[in-house]
Amino acid sequence: MGKIATREAYGNALAKLIVENENIVVLDADLTKSTKTNEAKKVCPQRHFNMGIAEGNMMSVAAGLAASNKIVYASSFAMFATGRAFEQVRNSICYPHLNVKICGTHAGITVGEDGASHQSVEDIAIMRAIPNMKVIVPCDGKETEEVIRAIAEIDGPCYVRLGRSAVEDVHHENYHFKLGKGEVLHEGSKVALIATGMMVQECLKAVEILNKEGIDPTVINMPSIKPIDEELIERVAKSHDVIITCEEHNMIGGLGSAVAEVVVKKCPVKMDMVAMKDTFGESGKPNELLHKYGLDSEAIVKKVRKNI
Amino acid sequence: MITKEKCIMHATNIRMNIVKMVSAASSGHPGGSLSAADILTWLYFNEMDIDKDNAGGIDRDRFVLSKGHASPLLYAVLAEKGIIEEKELSTFRKIDSKLQGHPNMNYVKGVDMSTGSLGQGLSTAVGMALANKLDENNHRIYCLIGDGESEEGQIWEATMAAAHYKLDNLCAIVDFNGLQIDGNITDVMNPTPFDKKFEAFNWNVITIDGHDFDQIEQAFAQAKQCKGKPTVIIAHTIKGKGVSYMENNAAWHGSAPNEQQCEQALKELKGE
Repeated sequence: MGKIATREAYGNALAKLIVENENIVVLDADLTKSTKTNEAKKVCPQRHFNMGIAEGNMMSVAAGLAASNKIVYASSFAMFATGRAFEQVRNSICYPHLNVKICGTHAGITVGEDGASHQSVEDIAIMRAIPNMKVIVPCDGKETEEVIRAIAEIDGPCYVRLGRSAVEDVHHENYHFKLGKGEVLHEGSKVALIATGMMVQECLKAVEILNKEGIDPTVINMPSIKPIDEELIERVAKSHDVIITCEEHNMIGGLGSAVAEVVVKKCPVKMDMVAMKDTFGESGKPNELLHKYGLDSEAIVKKVRKNI
Repeated sequence: MITKEKCIMHATNIRMNIVKMVSAASSGHPGGSLSAADILTWLYFNEMDIDKDNAGGIDRDRFVLSKGHASPLLYAVLAEKGIIEEKELSTFRKIDSKLQGHPNMNYVKGVDMSTGSLGQGLSTAVGMALANKLDENNHRIYCLIGDGESEEGQIWEATMAAAHYKLDNLCAIVDFNGLQIDGNITDVMNPTPFDKKFEAFNWNVITIDGHDFDQIEQAFAQAKQCKGKPTVIIAHTIKGKGVSYMENNAAWHGSAPNEQQCEQALKELKGE
């Protein structure tokens, strides 16, 4: 199995898709080399528009294109696509339910050296809170490719959260993403780890360590944050003593909150969260940051031990 | 093409419906609806190829009301064109109505974009014009922006983008009535001069009296002829035009006339 950043897998998938589907239009805000939409530009320059450093305008332009039957993939860093342009996403795109796919790269603290101004730890929360919006966080290259293809077939706005750093492959070639569905990667007992994005790999690493101690948590990949797999969460809540959610995002409003919203309704069970503890990040190497902010496999191991 | 006399008649009907709607709702924005009534009348009756039969689709010219609070104007125009039923106007801003305070494209046939949050409509019009270029059709995109609205930075982001992509199929109109909620635009936050700003962004700029149908006709004709860049028509207008007590009075930006005031306004508009 290999290693690839989800933003790179996005660029590759979009380059294929734009050739196959002539309704697709790609917008970027002066970050084509970073978001990797330049791959689509190389093969289809006539349907790739650089909108310059003006994310708010880009999102409303995307809405106008979508109102003209185009399927628009609009990209920037997650921070600016969802933060700077929040209100354009809300009012120009989501309120009229237009077919715009917002693909935010460099999400979370693994942006690394750029520091807190570029590390979005709120994007899942704010995108999830908008009616009509769907929120998806793929964990590896294969899943990203699947998601990028799947959202072209979904009518309406979607937010896809992508990362900067290369991540280990979790999925094989035959994997298929389904909106609203989670995936049990490992069936264990007592503790269930529900993770999204690159935290899935950290969970799998944590399980290797915990298995040696005779602890065998269930591991669930939850790429579809909204809609979320309520059935799976209910099943897991009924069959485990504790659910621990793991995300590279603030503990307010993200995956943890989304899971808790289901748990309190369907089957209250003890929960804990591995997430950013309502704080901003800082400059540093991605692995240093994950360690410092308690988001690596070691932190997950500790959290499981504490809850057992 | 309808005559200017007919335009005046339609514009009068539209203005009367604006006043009636806002009064019946006890809420809404009459001032900036009345100021742009002549421009929209010309646009919908003599420029755009929109009618009752094609209004539901996009294979035609389209219009974005970037100053979405002038929704009474848009609804009244659509009713005057027979695209929506006139009796529906009385539901404006009321519960369960399709005629939302600010227009929703999914509720009303002929509304080409949901607007209301200022500054975003021109950008969506840029997206539509880009799409038309991609599709290689000859449909034109029109967009009405407010003078106060132009204080939003996004208007100038869109202005830059439209010129960058040489969108000569896009025509913006600035409803330059000089007033915004808090008073005179030059006192609140001066967005002028409009002409020099748009020129600097490499737009084709035409300045007119927005209540003179001869000038309106010429401006739209010139806009169509201009190739390689978008056109803006800076239309000098009177806020509250046609209703004496509303004219040039910022207080009528977002307040509704009561029954008695409504009656007086209708009398004035009828010329009684």
